[in-house]
Amino acid sequence: MTLASFQEDFWRALWIPPREGAPIDAWPPANQPGFAVYRNTVLSGCVDALVSLYPAVHRLAGEAWMRAVAMEFAQASPPSAGELQHYGDGFPDLVERVTADGDVPWLADVARLDRGWNHSHVAADGPVLDLPTLARQDADRLSTMRLRPHPATRWFTSADWPAFSLWQAARTDGADPNPPHWHGQSSLLTRPHGAVIACEISPAAVALLDCCAPDTALGEALDTVQARFTDADIGAELARLLQQGAFLCPPAFITESTS
Amino acid sequence: MSTPLGAGLGFKPEFAEDALNARDQGLWFEVHPENYLVAGGPRLALLETLRASHPVSLHGVSMSLAGVEPPDGDHLRRLAALVDRVQPVLVSEHLAWSRFGGGYAPDLLPVPRTTESLRRLAGNIQRLQDALRRRVAIENPSHYLQLDHDWDEVEFLHELVRRTGCGLLVDVNNLAVSARNVGLDASAWVDAVDSAAVMEIHIAGHRPDGDASTGLWIDSHDAPVSAPVWALLERLTARIGPRPTLLERDAKLPSFEELVAERAIAQRVLDHATDPGRDAGGDAKSDAKSDAGNDAALARSPFLPFDLRREESLT
Repeated sequence: MTLASFQEDFWRALWIPPREGAPIDAWPPANQPGFAVYRNTVLSGCVDALVSLYPAVHRLAGEAWMRAVAMEFAQASPPSAGELQHYGDGFPDLVERVTADGDVPWLADVARLDRGWNHSHVAADGPVLDLPTLARQDADRLSTMRLRPHPATRWFTSADWPAFSLWQAARTDGADPNPPHWHGQSSLLTRPHGAVIACEISPAAVALLDCCAPDTALGEALDTVQARFTDADIGAELARLLQQGAFLCPPAFITESTS
Repeated sequence: MSTPLGAGLGFKPEFAEDALNARDQGLWFEVHPENYLVAGGPRLALLETLRASHPVSLHGVSMSLAGVEPPDGDHLRRLAALVDRVQPVLVSEHLAWSRFGGGYAPDLLPVPRTTESLRRLAGNIQRLQDALRRRVAIENPSHYLQLDHDWDEVEFLHELVRRTGCGLLVDVNNLAVSARNVGLDASAWVDAVDSAAVMEIHIAGHRPDGDASTGLWIDSHDAPVSAPVWALLERLTARIGPRPTLLERDAKLPSFEELVAERAIAQRVLDHATDPGRDAGGDAKSDAKSDAGNDAALARSPFLPFDLRREESLT
């Protein structure tokens, strides 16, 4: 027996779901009672990670449903790395498949918000651009500036469902998770002062973030969004995004403010 | 290091504020580095705050040192960066594997103690120590399976120490669990382990398997330390002297005060082992040597999602 053959046999037996009356495994150690300890620990570790990473789904769908779907995910998609905070990015897609014909069609978008929160929570640090700093800049220069979303900024649109209200109520143990308006919602996750914060944003604000992200000059981004949303107060939308800490402070601004 | 490391606690974000304010003599904290291998954010900031107030140890769970594949290069580089940033007082890993064919199993999987395993482990430990530029302590496993071993466990660990210069982390709870599950002689084990190699000790609670018919004990880290484990800690430290000793508690967390009280018992055991009036047996010379080695190691110097605990049942 080589180490490789031992580990190959072990690994194969490990991922077979435990069942009552399962046939005797051809590999003897898998038939010892202790083998179930490894098998259960591994699957529980995956399921616990998903429960922890998708707390809003867990709360809204309940313990039994969450653990069953998490188990299905873990058996089909074992982790690829030891840092389980990055595990389960495909979980919202599984939620979408298993809820496709049911009465919770919004649950996959709630899962996508949980995933966005996870990504924001562990994203790189960086200086946040605030409104006073931006206001100090010369207007002509501003229009050619490129504002980049902060590494921890995530924005998400649920086209048909109030996923953000449902998600927020679940994350904050809100008393009434039933949103007042049953329509699509866009939302923003940012990390201006350490913790991740969340708010609902307008479609125009989403368009502005979409425009700025690929390195578009601010003036061009504002003009593009204004043309699409003629009634929107684009300046106010930009100010709101800045107040939420959505943008990274450009290095040039930091140099100026410290000199 | 102004104060020697005494009894430490596994760090949990749940009791972060209490932990940061705790000023018990010799207190230190241990975390799983995997939870902090992130680009930035509040979790990393909390670890920075913790290391500013207390000594911190990094106890890895996913390097898969007993794997047939060498450690993942990207993981090694990121762990090295975290070690540079945190400057931990101790770094440790496990005699286990968890990666295979591109997959990762969140557990410490067992390895048959063969000469081939020894060669692969030695190579992987050397790669880890080279990447971190420091001595790493390797932890003895909890056993649940009867496997065909060619080597005695203590001799196997000693040979790893001889080949790589690594240290050992003696988990006396794992010894108690393994004694129950596979008939390991825990007393003989602690009497045989090389004093100079032991850099750290772990204590923890265990419980019987939910399926009582198996008769197994589970290394669950969800209960107070049991009497047999305290006895093993006393037996080991009476012979080799005190070592940084960590109380692991990963589930069914009691209040911070209860953890501190349990940790104080461990501190008293260590203090007793330090007492020059104690009966040190005939091992005084080797004690002095080991303490010097431990100090040199120090001078070079947990949300889950991931608690490394075992579950006996999925329901």
